[in-house]
Amino acid sequence: MTEVARFQPASDRSLLVRFGHEITIYSNQQVRRLLRLLESEPIAGVRNLNPAYCSLLINFDALRLTHSELEAILRGYLFRLEDVRLPDPRQLEIPVCYGGEFGPDLNEVAALHGMTPAQAIELHASVTYVVYFLGFVPGFAYLGELPEALATPRLARPRRSVPPGSVGIAGKQTGVYPIAIPGGWRLIGRTPSEMFRKDRDNMSFFSIGDRVRFTSISSARFTALENA
Amino acid sequence: MSFIHVQAPGLLTTVQDLGREGFGPLGVSPSGAADPISLRLGNRLVANSESAAGLEMTLLGGTFHFPEAAVVALTGSDFGASIDDATVELWTSVEVRPGQTLRLGATRSGARCYLCVQGGIVVPSFLGSASTHILSRIGGFEGRPLRKGDVLEIGSATKSYRKRTIGPRVRDCLSPRGALRVTRGPQWDWFPESSQRAFDAAAFRVGEESNRMGLRLEGAPILRAGAEQMITEGVSLGAVQVPPEGLPIIIFVEQQTTGGYPIIANVICADFRRIGQLRPRDEIRFEQIELETARSLLIEQEKLLASEELILE
Repeated sequence: MTEVARFQPASDRSLLVRFGHEITIYSNQQVRRLLRLLESEPIAGVRNLNPAYCSLLINFDALRLTHSELEAILRGYLFRLEDVRLPDPRQLEIPVCYGGEFGPDLNEVAALHGMTPAQAIELHASVTYVVYFLGFVPGFAYLGELPEALATPRLARPRRSVPPGSVGIAGKQTGVYPIAIPGGWRLIGRTPSEMFRKDRDNMSFFSIGDRVRFTSISSARFTALENA
Repeated sequence: MSFIHVQAPGLLTTVQDLGREGFGPLGVSPSGAADPISLRLGNRLVANSESAAGLEMTLLGGTFHFPEAAVVALTGSDFGASIDDATVELWTSVEVRPGQTLRLGATRSGARCYLCVQGGIVVPSFLGSASTHILSRIGGFEGRPLRKGDVLEIGSATKSYRKRTIGPRVRDCLSPRGALRVTRGPQWDWFPESSQRAFDAAAFRVGEESNRMGLRLEGAPILRAGAEQMITEGVSLGAVQVPPEGLPIIIFVEQQTTGGYPIIANVICADFRRIGQLRPRDEIRFEQIELETARSLLIEQEKLLASEELILE
């Protein structure tokens, strides 16, 4: 399936590799396979990698490589992609206290879809999500796919600061804010788990490819876990 | 061991080196000096390695007390520096005697001035770099901009002072005037011809809300014909991203690693340092060039940095 990979220069020192033009588990697995291969057999001159849903951005040292040189090397990698074994995904559970002050947009989201807040919570916690990639800020995982019945556009006016641990939804994505940043995702709850810690071995709670389920907890349980 | 006492931090002063490349898969962007060439040259003036950590000051410099002797250099923009009332020459290594105080004021030229110290500024390394990433509070001095009363450790180095300076011709070559040079961005074709032409011709003003994450531009909006949604993908340093309302943002050193807004163009590597010297309200234009030209300009710049006439002793 190597013919589906397309190259496009993104800047004078970066190259995009795209696997199709839609978000599918297969195209994301191709991204992860190429990422894995590039991490285990690094190309001299490649400086950084930014995986996403169905693309990988490769930043390189323009004094050492040209776009066409890099493309030629990558073609060799792409031929071997089908042989790359992805590790068995980890199954993670994230405790979430939904609604109230932790999920200020829950009621509106539920109303938009003609359901009760309890039904919205049940729906959000009913499926297993895939970590497509980490990006934007340290430890932010793009999780999908949100059940269609919950898919909600971003806020027209992003919040100036979203508290860490906030669980948000945007379109058919869901995610957890690791640090306090401005954000336009609709907030439906909060987790006491820390998403990014620099003193931890795997700094990020999530890794690319993880399978994730959210479980509803009470605010008392939230406080207990937060202080644990 | 010797130290620097921060008596006044200035507007926004952080510890920076050349950044932490390679952690994109974790969502961690490189950060690093906004004008990396000024930091590299400052380090060379005080006989450090180019990648040693120094202080990056923004628009308004700080006041720094040196209890012990030190060798320092200021590079980048002119912040009207003095040591105990004697003017300090920019782009030149200077000896600081024990007990002296270095004072900087408001900028008289661009946005950023670098203070490099022989031995470098010592902070715990995070993912291989001393760079502060302000938003995520990692790296640098306690992951934050400096405050009054902070005490910074200077790395041990065999103190050796030689007056070194960067020649004026080289300085001129490293600061080209005129438009910021860009190559086409991955979503250039998403914009109608009228918007492409407008982008090439327009003048933009750097907005007040610009920072190390990005520079917000003001001017006539660059609009798209359709409302096609982009699938989030990786973002390159210097990308010119265009949100729906049409006012471009230049993605900068403390960048988001991925993004979902179309990218119309990307500033070339050789002009990154010029982004770092842009102040709010500065006016800029973009000039589109080919990838090959961008590469030649980078090679030329690095040749100049390696040339023998660079540092005069």
